[in-house]
Amino acid sequence: MIEVRDLKKSFGAQPVLDGVSFRIENGESVVIIGRSGGGKSVLLKHIIGLLQPDSGAVLVDGENIVGMNERQLLRVRGKFGMVFQGAALFDSMTVAENVAFALRRNKNLTEGEVARRVAKTLELVDLPGTEGKNPAELSGGMRKRVGLARAIIYEPQILLYDEPTTGLDPIVSDSIDKLIIRVRDHLKVTSVVVTHDMRSARRVGNHVLMLHDRQIYANCTPESLFASHDPIVRQFVDGVADLQDVQLQQF
Amino acid sequence: MNFLGRAWVADWLGGLGRITLLTRDAIASCLTFKVAWRDLLYQIYFIGIKSQSVVLVTGAFTGMVLAAQTYFQFHKLKMDTATLAVVSVSMCSELGPVLTALMVAGRVGAAIAAELGTMKVTEQIDALRSLATHPVDYLVVPRLVAANIALPLLTVESMCIGIAASYVVGVGLLGIDPAYAWWNMLKYSHDSDVMIGITKSFVYGGIIALIGCYKGLTCKVGAEGVGLATTEAVVYASITILITNFFLTMALEQLCVILDI
Repeated sequence: MIEVRDLKKSFGAQPVLDGVSFRIENGESVVIIGRSGGGKSVLLKHIIGLLQPDSGAVLVDGENIVGMNERQLLRVRGKFGMVFQGAALFDSMTVAENVAFALRRNKNLTEGEVARRVAKTLELVDLPGTEGKNPAELSGGMRKRVGLARAIIYEPQILLYDEPTTGLDPIVSDSIDKLIIRVRDHLKVTSVVVTHDMRSARRVGNHVLMLHDRQIYANCTPESLFASHDPIVRQFVDGVADLQDVQLQQF
Repeated sequence: MNFLGRAWVADWLGGLGRITLLTRDAIASCLTFKVAWRDLLYQIYFIGIKSQSVVLVTGAFTGMVLAAQTYFQFHKLKMDTATLAVVSVSMCSELGPVLTALMVAGRVGAAIAAELGTMKVTEQIDALRSLATHPVDYLVVPRLVAANIALPLLTVESMCIGIAASYVVGVGLLGIDPAYAWWNMLKYSHDSDVMIGITKSFVYGGIIALIGCYKGLTCKVGAEGVGLATTEAVVYASITILITNFFLTMALEQLCVILDI
């Protein structure tokens, strides 16, 4: 269970989050939507402790991770897997070395067992036989899949996705969405997906949090979000630049 | 101006505090003896083996020019045979460790800052942290330990090649009597000169690795940030080596007197 309480964060004089609160239950699949530069990725990084807030609390299974030092956070981060926006693959390593990284560092497994688990995980993300490739040889979609394989190989309880379909064509985006759903169902993990892709939000989430004006503006199911008549929600859902156009449409 | 001055001092002190904390973390991590051997060996190869040509050329030509200049001055005083003694003491306690460290700072310090800086801007450092791996354990410790091992070895190499080259120039080119030159060199060069040089190189190895890692880990976003981090890593490491050299010389000479080495 993840609980965020009254989270505030500024970068210099620029406030990014101002009193964000929400709760995510175990096994839920939550999508965080909001405009570009609205603080979605910042919020996600607070959940895993990659950023520390100015004030507020982040509780992971009842334990407040705010104020923990880097070594204390390592233990908590073992519960998480994270897929980064640009995949953030280690470019000096092969695909297999990237995927096996956490196993080699944190678990005492034989090389044979590591290789077997890498092959199995790459198969789960539809990339069998790519162990020897370098990240530079992969397409954007393949990089995201390898990033996902690296995040799930040690079977975390919570998976965080930072804009998993950004920069991908609709067909690849669709395959990534399906993959997120498959991994969620296969591993029974809690998923938190940051996106501004509304099609992806509808398919992947069973709960939606909308970040607007540095706060949680909507906290509902995808169905009620898409049926909403609230002008701010409609503007985002319909992808309309001018708020007046939304009001005209409603009129 | 006053405000800018205060901001600069605050920024400088903040940086000094952060690099001190990084040093503390790195030393604490070293003491757990959980170094990744594969990474450590690669870093020793990168810092030690790949710096061979730079260090050998620097050491040889420094020894040669030092021998020539010393000879030209000593020849006026009929002290030709003391030339190699001066070269030997200088190469062992000062020029060997300092020039080797400056050359390695330029090559390795820059590479460390650029590599870690690129990892930072492409979120690879965040990815490491998300995989429950401390960046100090994985990135800083192998580089620090490797630099502490490689620098003394490179320095000894530089001392040897510098003295050998000075012998060739002094005896072969300038006609110094080989027996007297050799005898004077052994008479005036002491174990303490070599020990001072090796101790200094150990400290400089730490300075190069820690400043390179610090600049990379705190690099600002974008290509410009990586470029700036790289430049600053070389400049700060070089200046720190030169400043530290004076204090180390004074302290180590005193220590040798106290210990009667």
